[in-house]
Amino acid sequence: MSLRIVVCVKYVPDATGDRQFTEDLTVNRDDVDGLLSELDEYAVEQALQISENSDDDVEITVLTVGPEDAKDALRKALSMGADKAIHVEDDDLHGTDVMGTSLVLAKAIEKAGYDLVITGMASTDGTMGVLPAILAERLGVPQATLLSEVKVEDGTVTGRRDGDTASEQLAASLPALVSVTDQSGEARYPSFKGIMAAKKKPVESWDLEDLEIEADEVGLEGSWTAVDSAAQRPARTAGTIVKDEGEGGKQLAEFLAGQKFI
Amino acid sequence: MAEVLVYVDHVDGAVRKPTLELLTLARRIGEPVAVALGAGADATAAVLAEHGAVKVLTADAPEFTEYLVVPKVDALQAAYEAVSPAAVLVPSSAEGKEIAARLAVRIGSGIITDAVDLEAGDEGPVATQSAFAASFTTKSRVSKGTPVITVKPNSAPVEAAPAAGAVEALAVTFGALATGTKVTGRTPRESTGRPELTEAAIVVSGGRGVNGAENFGIIEELADSLGAAVGASRAAVDAGWYPHTNQVGQTGKSVSPQLYIASGISGAIQHRAGMQTSKTIVAINKDSEAPIFDLVDYGVVGDLFAVVPQLTEEIKARKG
Repeated sequence: MSLRIVVCVKYVPDATGDRQFTEDLTVNRDDVDGLLSELDEYAVEQALQISENSDDDVEITVLTVGPEDAKDALRKALSMGADKAIHVEDDDLHGTDVMGTSLVLAKAIEKAGYDLVITGMASTDGTMGVLPAILAERLGVPQATLLSEVKVEDGTVTGRRDGDTASEQLAASLPALVSVTDQSGEARYPSFKGIMAAKKKPVESWDLEDLEIEADEVGLEGSWTAVDSAAQRPARTAGTIVKDEGEGGKQLAEFLAGQKFI
Repeated sequence: MAEVLVYVDHVDGAVRKPTLELLTLARRIGEPVAVALGAGADATAAVLAEHGAVKVLTADAPEFTEYLVVPKVDALQAAYEAVSPAAVLVPSSAEGKEIAARLAVRIGSGIITDAVDLEAGDEGPVATQSAFAASFTTKSRVSKGTPVITVKPNSAPVEAAPAAGAVEALAVTFGALATGTKVTGRTPRESTGRPELTEAAIVVSGGRGVNGAENFGIIEELADSLGAAVGASRAAVDAGWYPHTNQVGQTGKSVSPQLYIASGISGAIQHRAGMQTSKTIVAINKDSEAPIFDLVDYGVVGDLFAVVPQLTEEIKARKG
């Protein structure tokens, strides 16, 4: 038996940098360093753990859609231990929204071949958290999303989903799509050996033509949503800051009472 | 007037507050038609009518509890086809967003998530969102299909607006995918008696400075004196001092209460992403250089173990 896992990852602007919009109201990627989305590291980690705990022959492919620099995210995943990578890059992808991105990912996943798709719970830039569900809908496979524990056995994926009102145990037959939360287990650091090995691992490059997607289905033109304006939030006016000299709690209570919270 | 579908989040017939807020927003763009699913759906009608629902479409079936998400998408799609609405509004819970997203792709529509405000526009509803850890405010609209929009809790006031709220049974046919993911077990979360974090008007959070699970009691006492929910920073959650379900931040919950009190939280960008839209922000921290102080309306530089109990005492005294 063999198990083919495709892990979808995203190259995102560093959240600690000064993030801005460009004139066409897309994210400015030029002036901010990018990196593999931290939440996607958990997805790579779970794929590796499934592989390590399996008697089957497991092949892990990492997939990303993004500009040239997005290869950095793939290299990080390969150095953690993934087997191969696919990079979908095309100038016409600029400004693609979640519907377009999910279309590209779905076509690429189908072309690559898969038994299990793993994603993070959300990207750390857009933070919508809807891509996994849309991808499952597009692929026509069960979604077992927001899992904090994942196991694959005998063609079934099981896991725990911690919701607001209950903790649920889920089970789905493969092929399936899973998304994992940051509670699923710390992601490993690439070892020196892993970093060296990653240099020799195959990275395929596909464009829209390879995936039989028309340019007007993606990009800003094909976007199903439009951003009309983006305004920097006005800086908060400087608040009152007091040093506690024994009455700090009382002073704070006075402030809260003045604001009618007490 | 155009009809607007509102997905109802309820627990055994008790409608949660974010849905009532959605009804306020829905009335700005049309006539709300509510969709309530599962056990107790019929029981939601009275409160939904009180808040403006002209109609309440209900359906119950074992599929809604035995399988994940997709049966609810099938039902919402049936409602969409029965009504042909001008927009579909869904509360921005984890499950709500997944339901909305799958519906959007099925009906060929764009989706906007985590809106914090909504108004009528010339080309359909315009949604306000926060971006980049709430350092930007964007206005967006859906440009293809029927707008599907999820809205964050505390985005609109709950307003009474009595309407007919006639209950109608919704006919739902489940597709092949509906039974794809089985829920094999369910452990209800034990109620703390405190308000739900994302819905609470006041949130009191503790971070690294709380320095131990045993010390979270003083955070809880302050919260209880204000009728508030308790939140925790990622550092406190990762240390095992408080449950992950209470985590506020980029990888936890995003909150925008009337009042947010951060105790022993430095205010890293990931935390700020989850609370920066709070109306009034208060912080207590030993370190006067902590970035959280850049956000506050009122800050106390001091030891939280001295300040917080004194604050709690003072609140209790004032409330008598």
